[in-house]
Amino acid sequence: MFIQTCMVSYPSSSSSPTNFTPAHTPITHSIVTSSTSVSHRYMLLVYQFDRICFEVVEDMETNALTFDDAIEGLKKLLSEKSVLHTVAAEKIKQLTTALEAGDANGFNPVTRIREGFDRFRKEKYETNPTLYGELAKGQSPKFLVFACSDSRVCPSHILDFQPGEAFVVRNIANMVPPYDMIKHSGAGAAIEYAVLHLKVENIVVIGHSCCGGIKGLMSIPDDGTTSSEFIEPWVKLGLPAKNKVKADRSINLEFSDLCTKCEKEAVNVSLGNLLTYPFVREALVNKKVSIMGAHYDFVNGAFELWNLDFGLSSSLI
Amino acid sequence: MSKDLNKEAIEPRLVEELDQTNLEKIITPVLQLPLTFDPIQRINDGFKHFKINEFNKHPEYFQKLAEKQKPKFLMFACSDSRVSPTNIFNLRPGEAFMARNIANMVPAFDKLKHAGVGAIIEYAILALEVEVIMVIGHSRCGGISRLISLPDEETSYDFIDRWVSIGEPAKAKVLAEHPNATGQELQTLVEKESVMNSLGNLLSYPYVRLGIANKKLKVLGGYYDFVCGKFQFLDVHHHIEQTTNIQE
Repeated sequence: MFIQTCMVSYPSSSSSPTNFTPAHTPITHSIVTSSTSVSHRYMLLVYQFDRICFEVVEDMETNALTFDDAIEGLKKLLSEKSVLHTVAAEKIKQLTTALEAGDANGFNPVTRIREGFDRFRKEKYETNPTLYGELAKGQSPKFLVFACSDSRVCPSHILDFQPGEAFVVRNIANMVPPYDMIKHSGAGAAIEYAVLHLKVENIVVIGHSCCGGIKGLMSIPDDGTTSSEFIEPWVKLGLPAKNKVKADRSINLEFSDLCTKCEKEAVNVSLGNLLTYPFVREALVNKKVSIMGAHYDFVNGAFELWNLDFGLSSSLI
Repeated sequence: MSKDLNKEAIEPRLVEELDQTNLEKIITPVLQLPLTFDPIQRINDGFKHFKINEFNKHPEYFQKLAEKQKPKFLMFACSDSRVSPTNIFNLRPGEAFMARNIANMVPAFDKLKHAGVGAIIEYAILALEVEVIMVIGHSRCGGISRLISLPDEETSYDFIDRWVSIGEPAKAKVLAEHPNATGQELQTLVEKESVMNSLGNLLSYPYVRLGIANKKLKVLGGYYDFVCGKFQFLDVHHHIEQTTNIQE
């Protein structure tokens, strides 16, 4: 009896399908366990086919083979190794399905990325060999930027940052959490690296209009009940900002205006949190780094920038 | 004696040189020296450039975007200043929801230690319904270098060391499979394997698993080599099949 289970095996799991250690990254990661040798041989063939395909694809990328060249290459391969015919047929079927799927809704992510990178390479990388040559050796950005993950507020767009200019951290609602080695090692690592290794001269935290994270924060009911697993606990980092905005009852504001105020106040909370990192404080006091807050309003096309002044005076007595 | 002679020889020449044209020759190069960097000016200029060349040129596009974002991608990229996906993939505003951290890591599901990444993934999938999650590794990654050099007896960076240890399984796998790899070769292998490790960690989030099972979500890995100017996909296959029953 033939028992066959095909499972998803993620690359980080211990077993590789065969004894082959390929020079290139193996494509297919699946474990086929079977009591017969037929499926082992099948896996071998699939694996070999994948390896050859991978090499052909890599060749295509480096030598810009045309579609016709690729088909020729495949025909040649199959004429030499007729045993691969069934494997090839299945792979071609998979490929056809994948390409068709891309066309169905007009979006093929692989094509989009390839075209985008080709354009970057031709228009920027190859036309600025000095710059990219220098960057390959090392980076010395002048900025550490915290920006929201929002697709509309990339600092490369809105501040026209070129490669090498800004070390960027992006998370929900551009939060800088306070010093916490357990809960917030990610942000801490980025700040540590930027300030101590790269010695950036400026840290900028950029908030923005219509921020979903801030809106979520403002929408948390007064009793504090939350329904999301991560989002609301995360944006609660901005609670001091929310409380400040709500406490100011001098003018009656619409919810959206309250959110805008909160977006800016939350930046200030983040600036304050930056000060909880001793290496930031030290750099600030030694005037090695400056800290700024900003707000990008993409409804009106406006950008605000402000400073955080921090200093320790000499002993008063 | 000889000193005085020299002095006489020099002084009259100096006087002669300081006329108008010669003065310009001296001063112009000095004026062309780079001025001290003004970050505020840089930010101002940057935003103006964006406003004039993009924002004002496509008012309808940006108006629509202001109402709602519908990015197809969630991208994990390194915070490294040289690897902004917007630059290297020529992305437009609105195309990709982005997470950027040291060494483009995706840690496994952990409400306590990794709330930040969890929030990004939760928001991207549940609120924005992105179609593709992409993790992009790159060459000369400082975070991966640090990972490879651990444990470091001499210096410790509290945060960095903790964070890059997310990639420890990738490092272990590479060292097991390529025991003789060193230097740049080892670095590249770990950079790529770390992407695979992150892709694996993505599966620890239930929303990701569900999205893949429902074929609403695709997961891609990529590697950008800025030394050679190349980009490659690190291909990954998910294949979930029905198990067949044993019939006696």
